Amino acid sequence: MAIQIDRAEVRRVAALAHLALSEDEERRLAGELTSILGYVEKLRALDTEAVPPTSAVAAAVPPREDQVRPSLSAEAATQNAPASLGGAFLVPKIME
Amino acid sequence: MAASVEICALTIAELSERLARKELSSEEATRASLSRTAELDPKIHAFLLVDEAGALAAAKAADGRRASGSALSPLDGVPLALKDIFVTEGVETTAGSKILRGFRPPFDGTAVARLEAAGAVLTGKLSMDEFAMGSSNENTPFEKVHNPWDLSRVPGGSSGGSAAAVAAREVFGSLGTDTGGSIRQPASLCGIAGLKPTYGRVSRYGVVAFASSLDQVGPMARTAEDCALLLQAIAGHDPLDQTSADVPVPDYRAASARGVKGLRVGVPREYFVSGLDPEVEASVRAGIARLEALGAKTVELSLPHTEYAVATYYIVATAEASSNLARYDGVRYGARSPDARSLREMYLRTRADGFGPEVKRRIMLGTYVLSAGYYDAYYLKAQKVRTLIRRDFERAFESCDALVGPTTPTPAFRLGEKVDDPLQMYLADIFTISCNLAGLPGLSVPCGFSKAGLPIGLQLLGRPFDEETLFALGGALERELPLHRQAPTIS
Repeated sequence: MAIQIDRAEVRRVAALAHLALSEDEERRLAGELTSILGYVEKLRALDTEAVPPTSAVAAAVPPREDQVRPSLSAEAATQNAPASLGGAFLVPKIME
Repeated sequence: MAASVEICALTIAELSERLARKELSSEEATRASLSRTAELDPKIHAFLLVDEAGALAAAKAADGRRASGSALSPLDGVPLALKDIFVTEGVETTAGSKILRGFRPPFDGTAVARLEAAGAVLTGKLSMDEFAMGSSNENTPFEKVHNPWDLSRVPGGSSGGSAAAVAAREVFGSLGTDTGGSIRQPASLCGIAGLKPTYGRVSRYGVVAFASSLDQVGPMARTAEDCALLLQAIAGHDPLDQTSADVPVPDYRAASARGVKGLRVGVPREYFVSGLDPEVEASVRAGIARLEALGAKTVELSLPHTEYAVATYYIVATAEASSNLARYDGVRYGARSPDARSLREMYLRTRADGFGPEVKRRIMLGTYVLSAGYYDAYYLKAQKVRTLIRRDFERAFESCDALVGPTTPTPAFRLGEKVDDPLQMYLADIFTISCNLAGLPGLSVPCGFSKAGLPIGLQLLGRPFDEETLFALGGALERELPLHRQAPTIS
């Protein structure tokens, strides 16, 4: 069964991804996602019932004790922000 | 004083020797590199930023150390450049995206700090596909990079600027990153050597993240021996990267001189299939015959799940990318859309304006496969197939010490040729992707040219943390066919 992504589905995913899309982008992405998801369908041919998933290929590094170390100052951390004040990030009003 | 073109023709190993013998100063080498960049880069567009003042200051400091006999390493005074994915203190870092324009990081990443501690001269930041997503370097809001061997063709991607700058001899070596082939594929298309080390070999602290279970930092240079010198400086445990492995760092350069006698090299059937360009196949098979003539034994074998690698990768990589790229929201760094009235609108508009089409496509795909109801069918399924791909390699390495095949199915394609078909573009990575899924090291080295004069690369894959065997094979091949002596004619 081939997956068909329509514009409503594109809008649902775009809202989750915090992306504003133009109508043109919505149309194009519906076609492209349908085609790419159609291609990845081939994985269904494999029986993976008894196969464990691989989430990481690195050996687990043992946790260490918390340590206090020097870090960036608030000023340095906010110096690249589009808007900041006294070491804090400024954003548009969240509540009226 | 040698002419600038002769200086730029030196390998890192040769330059390092001349610096040590004081036949050449770092300032001379750096000026040669900068002037070649100024002359050629308007045609290649490999650099996003050239830091002339910083480079010359570092060169003078290196000359001072050489004069007082206190050189920091073989790289002391060697001009190199960085893919713009490495954060550099006070120097703009964009990851090839409009959304990070103007970002001046407050710190250096570990690989950069280690190169600086080794005395390297960093001349600038190199172009790349936006957030390392692409195979042609065409996913960029900046100038497109052109392949030095044929300016109408792509350099490959995503480390296309890193490959083109080295191939054009604008710089002696560079660092790239490789998530699904982004070091090896452009190295192959530009006729240079490029290594994707074992996952965990090099710290990713201070590297803009794309897909965290796959991303790895690696060297790009004209020879495997030079890649060995670069890896020596950047490899090793770093407590600031949780995935960095605490595994001893061997002498990589010595490994590159080791020779191949007695090594068993596996030739996977699935890497020589229809769709492989006949000139690429002939060139790679000739390279394998050279290795046999030098004393390596070849073993035919199978990696049965190869055909599932691209599908697996585009689920795992996009899922991780959709999560990693959530941080670009107009709050902490980069650009912010000016017209938003609410916080949510600011996120939506900033990301819409800041990301290019391929990045949006991958964020959408990754968000879809992770969204409620689809996780098991896509992400979990892909993680299970990833296990099957890993097991293929474990089985293969029971009967051989390394695998050999083509790096890419074709030589460099034309600019614009694949931009309208994302799936065709993804299939350009068909031979490089499995290596990342399995966490293995992979080295691409030049093995010939097509009749049209385009470089062809041979890929070597090894066991985890066995970069030495790859350097031994790559080093032997480049001594046998010194293709790195051939330079592109850039008109």
